[in-house]
Amino acid sequence: MTNAAMQGTYLGEGSGPRAWLLTTDHKRVAWLYLVSLTAFFFLGGAMAVLMRIELATPAGDLVSDDVYNRLFSLHGIIMVWFFLVPSIPATLGNFLLPLMIGARDLAFPRLNLASWYVFIFGSLFALFSVVAGGVDTGWTFYTPLSTLYANGWVSTAAFGVFIVGFSTIMTGINFIVTVHTLRAPGLTWFRLPIFVWTLYATSLVMVLATPVLAASLILIVLERVFGIGIFNPDLGGDPLLFQHLFWFYSHPAVYIMILPGMGVVSEVLPCFSRRPLFGYKAVAMSSMAIAVFGFLVWGHHMFVSGQSAYAGVVFSFLSFCVAIPSAIKVFNWSLTLRKGEISFETPMLYALFFLALFTFGGLAGLFLASLAVDVHVHDTYFVVAHFHYIMVGGMVTAYMAGLHFWWPKMTGRMYSETAGRIAATATFVGFNLTFFPQFVLGFDGMPRRYHTYPPEFQFWNVLSSAGAVVLAIGYLMPLFYLGWSLFRGARATDNPWDATGLEWQTSSPPPPHNFETMPVVTRPAYAYDMKGLEHERFSPHREEAAR
Amino acid sequence: MSFGIPFFPQEASSEAGQVDALFYTLLAFSVVLGLALTGLVVGYAVKYRVGSKADRTGKRSRSLPLEMSWTIASLVIAFIFFGWGATLFVRRDHPPADALEISGLGKQWMWEFRQPGGQREINELHVPVGKAVVVSLAAQDVIHSFYVPAFRIKQDAVPGRTTHIWFIATEPGRYHLFCAQYCGTQHSEMGGWVTAMAPEQYAAWLNSQGEGETLAASGEKLFRALGCSGCHGASSKVRAPSLDGIFGRPVALDNQQTVIADERYLRDSILNPKKEIAAGYEPIMPSFDGLIDEGELQMLLAYLKSLSPQPTAGARS
Repeated sequence: MTNAAMQGTYLGEGSGPRAWLLTTDHKRVAWLYLVSLTAFFFLGGAMAVLMRIELATPAGDLVSDDVYNRLFSLHGIIMVWFFLVPSIPATLGNFLLPLMIGARDLAFPRLNLASWYVFIFGSLFALFSVVAGGVDTGWTFYTPLSTLYANGWVSTAAFGVFIVGFSTIMTGINFIVTVHTLRAPGLTWFRLPIFVWTLYATSLVMVLATPVLAASLILIVLERVFGIGIFNPDLGGDPLLFQHLFWFYSHPAVYIMILPGMGVVSEVLPCFSRRPLFGYKAVAMSSMAIAVFGFLVWGHHMFVSGQSAYAGVVFSFLSFCVAIPSAIKVFNWSLTLRKGEISFETPMLYALFFLALFTFGGLAGLFLASLAVDVHVHDTYFVVAHFHYIMVGGMVTAYMAGLHFWWPKMTGRMYSETAGRIAATATFVGFNLTFFPQFVLGFDGMPRRYHTYPPEFQFWNVLSSAGAVVLAIGYLMPLFYLGWSLFRGARATDNPWDATGLEWQTSSPPPPHNFETMPVVTRPAYAYDMKGLEHERFSPHREEAAR
Repeated sequence: MSFGIPFFPQEASSEAGQVDALFYTLLAFSVVLGLALTGLVVGYAVKYRVGSKADRTGKRSRSLPLEMSWTIASLVIAFIFFGWGATLFVRRDHPPADALEISGLGKQWMWEFRQPGGQREINELHVPVGKAVVVSLAAQDVIHSFYVPAFRIKQDAVPGRTTHIWFIATEPGRYHLFCAQYCGTQHSEMGGWVTAMAPEQYAAWLNSQGEGETLAASGEKLFRALGCSGCHGASSKVRAPSLDGIFGRPVALDNQQTVIADERYLRDSILNPKKEIAAGYEPIMPSFDGLIDEGELQMLLAYLKSLSPQPTAGARS
C-alpha cells in the first residue's frame, strides 16, 4: 500500500514488520488488533459451524461428547474474551477516539502498544490449550467442575483469560485519561459524539470489573494447583461463591460488549438520516446508567442456583431497572429517522439491522428477568438465543456497521457497495434463521450445552443449522471484498458520507499525527441540521484563522 | 403441536399454566411492541427516504414530554412484569406441609431417587398426580440441575448443600427429566423420565417395587454403624447433645449466637463439627468428611429429621 497516494498519511510511514510491530500510533495499533481479532472471530466461528453441523441430527454422530464439550467451551472463551470484549474498543475505538476528540494520539501511546502485546501473550495460552487438547468447562468455568473434575487444560486457558484481562484494563485506563485530558478546545462533554460516551462508560466498567475476574481465576488456579479450599465444599468452600464472583465481572462484561456497539449505531443512524441524534443527553446518560446498573444485576444468572429466593427477587427488580435505559435508547434511535433524508448505504443497513436484532434480544431479556419464566427457560436454548441476539445480532452487527462506516477513513479506499449490501442482508437473514428457532427450542425445554437431544427437537435444530450456513456467508463476504478494497478499491474522499465529527475533517487516511492543525469545536455533535455546514466542514484552516 | 413440529410445550403441573400465562403475556407484549417499532422504523425509512416528497417541516431532535412519557411507561410495564414473576417465584420456598418427600441425588451422570417408602429409582421418577411432591436435592460431585420442562420447574443440585423443588403433577404421562447445568462429558445423556400416575396406580406401582427400606431407616442403621449413637444415644457416658427432636429447633451456640437446626446446620455439624459448637459441650466430635458420601449423608439427615415429630416446612431453607 505504500505508494504515492499514501505519502503523508499514517500508512506511508513504513511498511516493514518493525514499522508495524513497534508502532505507537493508535491507528496502527488498531490495525494490529483488527487483524488478530479477525483471526479469533473466524476461529471461534469455525467451532460454532462444527457445533451446528453436529446438532443437525439428534444423535452425536460427527464428534464425540468430549470434543463437542470442548468446541462450545472454546467457542465461548474465544468469542467473549478474544473477540467481543476487545472488538469495538480496541479496533474502532483505538482508531477513532483520538480522531473524534481532536487529539494526536491516546494519552499513553506506549501503554496502548503494550496492551496489544499483553493481549497476544494471553491469547497464546488460550491457543495452547486449544492445540494441547482443549478445555471442557464451558466459558463460565463453574466450580467444582472446573477445579476438581475437568480433565482439560483449565489452568492454561484461565491463565490466558487472566492475562488478557490486563490488556483490557490498560485499554480502559488509556481511554479514560484520553477523554478527560485530550479533548480539543471547545469540545465540552455534551458535545462529545455518543461513541466517545460509550467508550468512556465501557472503560469505566473494564477498569472496575476486570480485576474481580482476575481474582476469581487466580482463586481457581490456587484451588486446582495447591488444593486451597475456596470453592470446594469438601475443603470448607462454597461453589456458589465462584458464581457470584464470576458474574460480578461477567455481567458488567456484557455491557462492555454492547455499549460500544450502541455508540457506533448512534453515529451511523444520524449520518444516513441527515438528522441530529434524537434526545442526545438521554442517550449519553443512559449509557452511564447502564454502566452503573450493570454492576448490580449479576444474581439474575443464579435464580435457580440455590441462591436465596429473596436475593432472586432483588436481582430481578434491578434487572428490570437496567432494561429502562436500553429501551430509552431504542426509542431515541427510532425517532432519529423522523423527517430525515434517509439513504441506505451498507453501514446504514447494518445499523438498521442492529436496531431490529437488539430490540428482539432486549425484549427476550424481559422474559429472563421475570423470575417464574426464568426458572423454566434458564440454561436452555432460550438463553442462548437471547445473548446471541445481543452479542452477535447487536454487537457484531454494530461492529460491521462501524467497520464499513469508517473503512474509507481507515484505508483511504472504498469498497463495493453492492457486495456490502448483499453481505449485510445475508447476515440479517442468516442470523434470524439461526437464532430465532433457538427461542422456540428453549421454550420447548431443550437445555443448552447438549451434544445429543431428543428427536422431537430436530426440526428447529435443522432450521438453525441451515441458518448458520447463510450467516457464515454473510460474515465471509466482507473478508473478500474488504480485502480487495484494501489494495484495489477506489480512492475515498476525506468525507465520503458527508458526516459531521472531527474524524471526517482530516484526510483519508489521516496523517500520522491526525490533524495538520488543531481543530476547534464550535458546534454540538450531529449538527446535521445546521445551515452552512457544507462550507465549514472541510476547512479546519478556517477554524485556525478564527483563533 | 401441528404437523409434528413442537411449538408449545406440554403443561403438566399446577405451575405450568401460571408460568405460561406470564410467558404468553410477555410474548404478546413483545410482539405488539416489536411490530410497532418495526412499523415505525420501516415507515420512516420509506416515507423519509432521500428524494421523497414527504413533509419535513417541524423537525425536532428532542422532546421532554415524549421522552418522559416513554421512560415512565417503560418503568410501569417493567414493574408489572417484575411483580408478576416474583409473586409466582417466591412460592418455590413454601411447599405445602403435607407434601410427599422424595430425595434426589445427582452424580456424574445419573439421577438417583428414593421414594418415601424407600423404593430406589435410577433416572426414573414416579410421582402421583394431584399431590404435592418435594424433591430434596443433593449432588455427589459437581453441580447438576433438576429440570422437568413439562412442569416448568428447575433447581440446581449443589455439592455441600441441600436444595428443594416442589410441584404438583396434573396430567398422567411420561415427561423428560433433564440435567440443565453443564456437568461434564455425558451432560446431555444425564436425565430420564418423570412418570406421573393416578394416585391408585402410583400406590400399585409402589407395591410392585416391594417395600424398600426407608431413607430414615437406612440412616438409623448408619447412625449406629458409624458410632454416632455411642455419644448421642440416651445411655451414653460421653456428654453429647441429644438429637431427639433436633430438626427445626433453635440451638444455642458457644459464641452466644443461636441457629435453627436446619439441613444446613446438621450437614455442617457432621462434616465440619468444629464450625458451630452447641453451648455447654466440648468440641470433641470428629469430622465425618470423606468417610461418608453424599447419599449416606442424605440418609443420616433423613433419620435426624424423623426424630422430630413435625418437621416444619419453614425450617427447610
